[in-house]
Amino acid sequence: MVVTRAHRPFQFVTASYITRIERQQALTVGELRDGLESCSDESIFHHTFQSLGQYHFLTEGFSNDFAQWALAGLNRPRLAEQLAGLDVRSYCALSDLRIDLLRVVDDFCRTYPDDALRSAFEPFHFCASVEVTVPLGWEAWTLEEFRALLERCGHASFQFHFLVSRLRLRLETNDFSRWFVEELGLEALAQRGNRIDIVTNTLDSAKATLTRLIDRELAA
Amino acid sequence: MTDTLTATRAMTLDDYVPLLGAQEVDDLRAIARPLAGRTVQMVNSTAVGGGVAEILNRLIPLIQELGLAPRWDVMTGGNDFFEVTKAFHNALHGGPYEARPQDFETFLTYSEQNRGRLAFDAEFTVIHDPQPAALIEARAGTSGHWIWRCHIDLSRPNRDVWEFLRPFVCRYDAALFSAPEFARQLPIPQYLVYPCIDPLSDKNRDLEPETVAAIVDRFGIDRARPIVTQISRFDRLKDPIGVLRAYQIVKRYTDLQLVLAGGGASDDPEGESVLAEVRDAAAGDPDVHILSLPPWSAIEINALQRASTIVVQKSLREGFGLTVTEALWKKQPVVASAVGGIPAQVIHKHTGLLAHSVEGTAYQIRFLLSHPELARKLGEQGHEHVREHFLITSNVRRYLTLFLGMS
Repeated sequence: MVVTRAHRPFQFVTASYITRIERQQALTVGELRDGLESCSDESIFHHTFQSLGQYHFLTEGFSNDFAQWALAGLNRPRLAEQLAGLDVRSYCALSDLRIDLLRVVDDFCRTYPDDALRSAFEPFHFCASVEVTVPLGWEAWTLEEFRALLERCGHASFQFHFLVSRLRLRLETNDFSRWFVEELGLEALAQRGNRIDIVTNTLDSAKATLTRLIDRELAA
Repeated sequence: MTDTLTATRAMTLDDYVPLLGAQEVDDLRAIARPLAGRTVQMVNSTAVGGGVAEILNRLIPLIQELGLAPRWDVMTGGNDFFEVTKAFHNALHGGPYEARPQDFETFLTYSEQNRGRLAFDAEFTVIHDPQPAALIEARAGTSGHWIWRCHIDLSRPNRDVWEFLRPFVCRYDAALFSAPEFARQLPIPQYLVYPCIDPLSDKNRDLEPETVAAIVDRFGIDRARPIVTQISRFDRLKDPIGVLRAYQIVKRYTDLQLVLAGGGASDDPEGESVLAEVRDAAAGDPDVHILSLPPWSAIEINALQRASTIVVQKSLREGFGLTVTEALWKKQPVVASAVGGIPAQVIHKHTGLLAHSVEGTAYQIRFLLSHPELARKLGEQGHEHVREHFLITSNVRRYLTLFLGMS
């Protein structure tokens, strides 16, 4: 078997986040709408992408903080379902995600104007994620080396390369898949890896699935 | 005698590998690498007793092991100072307080004494809670990074006390709170830093089933029937009477027992009277076990939590509610009030169930007793939630991230 060696190695990075508490709060759907319109991009990121990573061990019915609050705080399952239905993986820009969140909330307010004014059990506090990235100092030049390092990397590193990378690359792909294509010419592996559903997987099970796909590729 | 404390030898990072995985510990080491040799000073007002000292005792050795140079200083003061700061503490929690000018003078006098006594030359200075908040006046110009860590619930503070403290707080570079609702309108960035538990402490480490059984038997609790437990001091804000009422509702349907266990009653006059009220309300029900435990009961509390079928925390108000964290860590299904820091821990229908009343609490207990599979799943997801967010290692990670972000 010929081992393909990359021209540029895959460099693993880990990310760490501290949560900044923002000034906005919402006690009604209307106030949630106002907050969604005026909050920072870091706030949209925190309550969607970051939340998905933070609560990765919940694989049923939890995909973002807005949906969870609509259900647990407001007792509005219809709104919760609509918000949860937005798949963060299909967004490469937070501005697009914000537009769709606003659209869902606006549709709800139009359809159920009385509900828009109803107070929640507890307020929604807008927060934001402040990101710090640190190189792990690990480099993979071949798929075999990559597999070994993938196994070693923690949740934060996996989430950074697999999920958050979409926003950085502004592409519907992830760091791993991009490297498979650009450096190793493994188009099919890249596509299969990119199809792993992070919403219904935990970070551990998504990583395990990617590892299995790599094993299959190495065995081929 | 030096005032800089050396934290007691605690666990090393490697001790946490079996619980967290080597990957997470590798991550911590990577995040700490750019901070190697950087100085950190933690200042609080007590070396022993209380949650802050307990956390610092665990935190300092881990930060040191990661290559930073931390030190821990304790503010000193006379009884008059601590009486004032205790009154401030209660007032900031929303309790009654009659502001007296001499209280503020006492506070400032001791702050000045401590500014002269302690050295402030670290790159990162973390001041814990209101007692040492005015030490910010020792800051030379804009040197170093000064952070105020507030461990208490400031959501409804006494106005006089908060207005007195606020100008000091505004001079810090950042403030840290345990829940978003505790934050105030301030001109400085405010960050969320959850309190934490140490999974290797006596209160949380794994216990042999025989140890748990022996302790439960010692208290006369029947292990063959469901056990619903609330661990907390006998305080009206923990609503032990409400828990009893909820138990009485559930008792109509299920043959269960209630354990109300907590400490602090013997040296707290209000605690004594609440304990007496709870005993009266229980009216000699042999299935209600009211246990007033001494402060050295960590293993007993651990065992009671582990032996429970459901753990309840029906507080009317709550800071963060570390007893909830402890129960979740032990994979126990939790029914808790949606107050203070509890909703951050109990994500409704995911890591536990939230309730808003006695009847709601009773209903959720009944529901979990009749759905043990769901109870098990909530407990397991609760454990994961604590593993990710509320352990001492997460606390270390948040501080490192904050320091990196401020550098």
